[in-house]
Amino acid sequence: MAKVHVSTTVNGQPMDVLVEPNDSLLDTLRDGLGLTGTKEGCATGDCGACSVMLDGRLVCSCLVLGAEAEGKTIDTIEGVADSDGLHVIQQKFLEHAALQCGICTPGFIVAAKALLEKNPNPDETTIRYWLAGNLCRCTGYDKIVRAVQDAANELASPA
Amino acid sequence: MGDYAYAAPTTVDSTVELLSSSASSGTRTQVLAGGTDVLVQMRSIDRVPRLIVDVKQLAETNALSIGEDEIYIGAAIPSAILNENAELKGKLPGLIESADLIGSTQIQGRATIGGNLCNSSPAGDTIPALIANSAVCHIVGADGERNVPVEDFVTGVGTNCMADHEFLLGLRVPAPKGNTGDAYLRFIPRTEMDIAVAGAGVRVTLDDGGTCTAARVGIGAVAPTPLLVPDAADALIGTQVDDEALNAAAAACSAAASPISDKRGTVEYRIKVVGVLCKRAGAIARDRAKAS
Repeated sequence: MAKVHVSTTVNGQPMDVLVEPNDSLLDTLRDGLGLTGTKEGCATGDCGACSVMLDGRLVCSCLVLGAEAEGKTIDTIEGVADSDGLHVIQQKFLEHAALQCGICTPGFIVAAKALLEKNPNPDETTIRYWLAGNLCRCTGYDKIVRAVQDAANELASPA
Repeated sequence: MGDYAYAAPTTVDSTVELLSSSASSGTRTQVLAGGTDVLVQMRSIDRVPRLIVDVKQLAETNALSIGEDEIYIGAAIPSAILNENAELKGKLPGLIESADLIGSTQIQGRATIGGNLCNSSPAGDTIPALIANSAVCHIVGADGERNVPVEDFVTGVGTNCMADHEFLLGLRVPAPKGNTGDAYLRFIPRTEMDIAVAGAGVRVTLDDGGTCTAARVGIGAVAPTPLLVPDAADALIGTQVDDEALNAAAAACSAAASPISDKRGTVEYRIKVVGVLCKRAGAIARDRAKAS
């Protein structure tokens, strides 16, 4: 099978990778680039564990081909924290115990960050609908919603 | 059985050439827009390798224009982008709502109206709304361009009228002109992210006295293909779109339905609910027409 050469930017870094034509972007990130922070849950776009930003838009990386990343900008969970430490959203997930097994967490954090960048002050209903494409079988969601609300408050008026 | 391959042509001509040469050499092709149906199908129900032809690099499939007479929606524009366009949402709120109903935030970032139509599911939510809005499919292929009304596009469960050398460039929707409103409603057992048990789209135009001068009704998930229901439109035209007229339109939708029973709903339930949805969507479309 002829591999496809893809030049793309991941978390600000230019990267080149060879992909199979039917590889998903999720396969490319995890197996091609070794970025295993993005998780595979369902591989059918239902669970959101594989959420990444593609040209600034939240997508399921299992529903994008690796080949489609050519010339695109991708941001994954690995790019959320910086050298100063965790992102506020990550910190709030810890403080609120908004994770147990943790498989869904990267997707939730990427999706929550996308929400707060678009809407810095979402109400609970907005948060719940925005995150409806991210499934969590451990927490019951309440702690996740509280963590996102708290992160929004902190981002609005840093302590 | 060949291998998978991927191509992202940048012109309509080269896309048609690729599809045509593949068709004549017996190479299976798969046109790819948002991929939210295609990738799932390639991984589960239909694993046969094929040449994936990504049509998102074409200017034409990304074109969005809101003209005096016609609104053109390129086949590869994600729902999220359509939903963020306030002018488009103001003109065709029902159609945009039908696209917005499909999937999560993540899915919305990729899924397209064109792909929803080409997937040709009986339950595709945008299709009854497109039918109600008299949308026309702008198709291009080896024989040139052609325009097919949406109600004639879907030919069966998961099948449509396009040949292997053809693909959908975009959708032409007549621009609403004064006193016109559209609406789409579907029923699902959850609050979102589910497949329609039944759906109904309605567009009406009223005169200054509130009398309906034009109407179109489309229904989904109650037959092998989404349907145009002329009898439901006829029940609205010439009326004030009051309860009596809406009840008659609802009865026409129920009469046009020939659903199956499955885990989502029974025949009897779907027949009843599609009428209820027509009535409610008709009232919303009427109120929007009055406010427009």
